[in-house]
Amino acid sequence: MRVVLGEDLVLLRDGLIRLLQAYDFDVVEAVDSGPALLKALVDHRPDVAVVDVRLPPTFTDEGLRAAIEARKRVPGLPILVLSQYVEQLYARELLSDRGGAVGYLLKDRVSDVRQFVDAIRRVAAGGTAMDPEVITQLLARGARDQPLATLTPREREVLSLMAEGRSNGAIAGRLFVTEKAVGKHIANIFGKLDLPLSGDDNRRVLAVLAYLDGV
Amino acid sequence: MTDHDLVREARTRLTQAALGLARTPLCVAGLLLVPLQLNAYPLILVTIGVPFLLLFTALARRYTGFFRWWASRVLGVEIPAPYRLPENRGPMTRVRTIATDPATWRDMAFLPVNAFVGIFCGMMPVAFWVNGVLGFVMPLIWLDNGRSVEYVMVRYDTPGNFVLAPLLGIAFLVLAWWATPRAARLHATVVKWLLAPSTKATLTNRVRVLADSRADTVDAQAAELRRIERDLHDGAQARLVALGMNLGMAEELMARDPRAAQELLAEARQSSTQALAELRDLVRGIHPPVLADRGLDGALRALALAHPLPVEVDIELTGRPEAPVESAAYFAVAETLTNVAKHSGATGAWVRVRHEDGRLSLMIGDDGHGGAVATENGGLRGIERRLAAFDGTLGIASPVGGPTIVTMELPCALSSVKTSSSSGTA
Repeated sequence: MRVVLGEDLVLLRDGLIRLLQAYDFDVVEAVDSGPALLKALVDHRPDVAVVDVRLPPTFTDEGLRAAIEARKRVPGLPILVLSQYVEQLYARELLSDRGGAVGYLLKDRVSDVRQFVDAIRRVAAGGTAMDPEVITQLLARGARDQPLATLTPREREVLSLMAEGRSNGAIAGRLFVTEKAVGKHIANIFGKLDLPLSGDDNRRVLAVLAYLDGV
Repeated sequence: MTDHDLVREARTRLTQAALGLARTPLCVAGLLLVPLQLNAYPLILVTIGVPFLLLFTALARRYTGFFRWWASRVLGVEIPAPYRLPENRGPMTRVRTIATDPATWRDMAFLPVNAFVGIFCGMMPVAFWVNGVLGFVMPLIWLDNGRSVEYVMVRYDTPGNFVLAPLLGIAFLVLAWWATPRAARLHATVVKWLLAPSTKATLTNRVRVLADSRADTVDAQAAELRRIERDLHDGAQARLVALGMNLGMAEELMARDPRAAQELLAEARQSSTQALAELRDLVRGIHPPVLADRGLDGALRALALAHPLPVEVDIELTGRPEAPVESAAYFAVAETLTNVAKHSGATGAWVRVRHEDGRLSLMIGDDGHGGAVATENGGLRGIERRLAAFDGTLGIASPVGGPTIVTMELPCALSSVKTSSSSGTA
């Protein structure tokens, strides 16, 4: 799987390259600035890009902007954004083209290597990987909305895992229940939230996020 | 101008003239305050002067205060009171403050001038109006045998007197019309000139305010640094030490007891995550990254998104304020919104930001139950101090029953570069 890496801190960049190579990813290019990242993304069209939000030259949200710009030129280009902090504003911007194949994770998550690699693979496959912190914020905010209040605690748990971008199987494994039970919960959630049922994993996450965001 | 307008305008001016006349005795009565105050000073020696002086000065200040209020209404500009405040509340200190305050003596000088100007400005328009009316009444008086009565050099036997008198009357009425509002303005201008704080007093006051706000700022900065130091020391630093320790132990155990080593490594990873979370919170408290990335616009939108209540954000800025002002404005809004969530019982809030006339104005409103006040050591007072460092002001309108609107104003310039969000969907 071909990866483009955008990270300006040498220590972290080398660490990420080593980590990715250990899991059989092929790092085709590792860049350290926004403009270089945009060029690399458009040139290589990798299977997935791992991008730091904050990059030179401005050291603000250069990486995020480059990623969004690249997705405009190459629709559906899978991008996993890493950040020292998570901001709903940025999560919304990433999700706004509704093409899926995006992830937004705290840099901390890198330390749980298996889950991190899992997230990259999910994004590369067209799925989503949202940081639990974003989801928690969204759910806390959404709690004031009537339909959400009708969810049972278990259903809320399922919803938040779903919103992180996990499959039914993964949710079942996490909650120690059968996949069938998860399916049932999800059907209930969609019913309560008045969302049309759809088989597509990515669509359903977007639908949930869109609902929570009130877009 | 229609007849109706003319009648209304005439009524307004006549009322003005009448009020001017009514003020005249008040202006004259003010003269009394001069000897009353002056006589109190020698009496201080026998102590009895102290309460007298305090009483009469208070009276005089009420009196000048009334004229200040009146003149500011006439002129449409605020005339602040120029008095120095006593440092503590002892009667002798107050007497000393009063006696050494130039404003006390300016008040005293004001009283006779005011009496003179007041009489002049009060009588003149009325005299004009009366003469004007007399011009028309005169022919009737003459017909009624009042032949010895003279009207502005016009006598019964002057040629053309019956035409001349009303003509002169018209001239007087025109003059009265013109002079009435001007007389009031003239009086008000004199009042302002004598009672507004002098440049020196204004500057002295300004220095005092600046010294206060600087002291506040320095205190706040020092407290902030202490907090950061403590948070780093007790939080991230301690966790990193534990992390190193766990890693060292894991290294030791690797060969002998791989299972225990694995446990220690997992623990180490967890504490590194926690250290990062603590650092993140700390950084957010010093300077929120999104503020650096996107400026006030993006940062406030992000704040609204993360707020537990729906917050409507309406921002129109053509550039970014200087970083310290931007940061102060951000934290002020953040703190206010936190207050809204905690105390207001609101179901929604809104934020409006504009930059007009070299001032950044921020308004935060909610539909809660109101009754918010800035208590000492309270959150709102903290915001006020934060803004004071930049000459900013805080206003709270929060009637019991709501709604609450907090307004903040910060003088600042905007840089011309506009930072916009990358996708425009924010």
